[in-house]
Amino acid sequence: MHRYTKWSLAREILVVIAAIILLLPFWILISTSLKTTEEVLTSSAFAPPSAPTFDNFIQLLSPTGSQSGNVYQGLSSSLLITIGTVLVLIALSSAAAYVFARSTRKLSNNVFRIFLIAIVLPTQLGVLPLYIGARSLGLIGNPWGMIIIYTAMTMPLAVFIYSGFFRRLPRDYEEAATIDGASRFQIFSRVIFPLMAPATGTVAILAGLLVWNDFFTAVIFLNGSPYMTLPVVVYNYVGSLVSQWNLSFAVVLIAMAPVLAFYVFAQKKLMQGYAGGIKS
Amino acid sequence: MTITNGRIIPPGTDNKEPTPAPSRRPPGIGFGRWWWALPAVALTLVVTYMATAFGAFFAFTDWTGLGDFNFVGFDNFIQVLQDPTLVGSVRNTLFLAAGFVVFTNMLGLLFALALNRTLKTRFVLRALIFMPVVLSSVAVSFVWKFIFAFDGPLNQFLEAVGLGNLKQDWLANPSLALWCILAVMVWQSIGFVMVIYLAGLATVPMELEEAAALDGAGMWQIFRSIVLPTIQPSVAIATVLTLIQGLSVFDQVLTLTGGGPADATQTLASQVYSQTFVYGAFGLGAAAALILTVFILILALIQQFIVRDRANNGD
Repeated sequence: MHRYTKWSLAREILVVIAAIILLLPFWILISTSLKTTEEVLTSSAFAPPSAPTFDNFIQLLSPTGSQSGNVYQGLSSSLLITIGTVLVLIALSSAAAYVFARSTRKLSNNVFRIFLIAIVLPTQLGVLPLYIGARSLGLIGNPWGMIIIYTAMTMPLAVFIYSGFFRRLPRDYEEAATIDGASRFQIFSRVIFPLMAPATGTVAILAGLLVWNDFFTAVIFLNGSPYMTLPVVVYNYVGSLVSQWNLSFAVVLIAMAPVLAFYVFAQKKLMQGYAGGIKS
Repeated sequence: MTITNGRIIPPGTDNKEPTPAPSRRPPGIGFGRWWWALPAVALTLVVTYMATAFGAFFAFTDWTGLGDFNFVGFDNFIQVLQDPTLVGSVRNTLFLAAGFVVFTNMLGLLFALALNRTLKTRFVLRALIFMPVVLSSVAVSFVWKFIFAFDGPLNQFLEAVGLGNLKQDWLANPSLALWCILAVMVWQSIGFVMVIYLAGLATVPMELEEAAALDGAGMWQIFRSIVLPTIQPSVAIATVLTLIQGLSVFDQVLTLTGGGPADATQTLASQVYSQTFVYGAFGLGAAAALILTVFILILALIQQFIVRDRANNGD
């Protein structure tokens, strides 16, 4: 049944055609971004650019371009906020999940339930009071405030993923390290945490993408500030262009580029993270 | 930090409540310190729980975000039910969520079945179909905004195949704009659902399928009586995740239509945003958000019951 037959070949061709149709938007995105404004208006959207030009990208990225400031600033604040969140999140969630997974007390199970319920609580309701709170603390448009909010938003998922891994880890490592006279902190930081690298990878990828791509929270807390993240920058910039699709698509591609580059190297880990991390 | 000097000393804090001792080890050996969990717990309690509770509280007030406020009971909810835009946003949210669940799961499962085994290009295709999942939905939606535009690719294609009379500004048509948003949502999430189903399909015993095929079972029969029962957990997870994602749709709405034309594509999340941060009606925005939260919590509860039921039936 699973041998490669004529029927398999037909199926393969069918699936490839379906995939090509699904991926057409990417072709349109790339080819349009390489066209001049005039060619976008006159040529078919499916046609490749007759004379590919990087003018749109140069206009966006060159230091003299009118928008380059926004693009670089968006990139740097996206990087700062994403990396900051992932680092704080990993430190706090791994320690918390470790305690829950290793404690045999009933209380810790009940506390763990706080995170389980928080996974399904949508952000929309809490974001309003958070906004008021952040405003009175002067944290609107502040990257550190965003790191705190994003860390809290991704915390339940991270604790959930880590505890799944910790529960499957035998206690032999800790017992051996205890006998060797290691302190609890040493056991955790030198023995357990390195063993948890796969879980850390999953947490970093899922939380990192969630933060990097988030629009709802970012547009509320950062719009108009000097720390707008890329989705907000793209939203504002494309909104200000009236049907200049070649320029719009250049900024869209620039915003996608870091994640796409990462995807080329880590697509397998990414897919596993989504399939396994959310399931387990 | 307690250094144990070569002996395992059960820490006092963890030793008060003996466990049923599932293993040969002495009960209650704790590792780590309870206060290591404190920052994570505090952050979740304050930023998630306290903020959500305050948000629910504001839903019963007439606050504008500044100054004083009064309790108004259920007035905000009555207003939500009387305002055609807000009623429309509830209807649109339910439509998008339902359509999103049905189409993403159907297409995701189809691609997972097609790319499960046999095909030579399966690894490349999986990676390509999954790609949109990791991208910003704002960026992706702008590509589709062009596709749906009057001089965009969709109309060019329709003209080329002789369906020029269908040519129109898709996102400006109140009855079609919602379908366009649905299409973009589905397109971006097929790969996400596909990997969940692929993980499920990997657990289907191949021998069983082969035996059934030898006994003359057709493809549909094999799917219904062997594959589908095995991937039940994946179906449950994928439906709930897509349902929650569909209910809180925001990015695609704001990017593609901005809620228009004439508020025909407003959703609960886009209304939370505009009522609160554009019109300054905090109470009303909070009421919309509370409705959304209740929808999602009910669904999560139903899912919990289904999962527990299955566990009790020893499945």
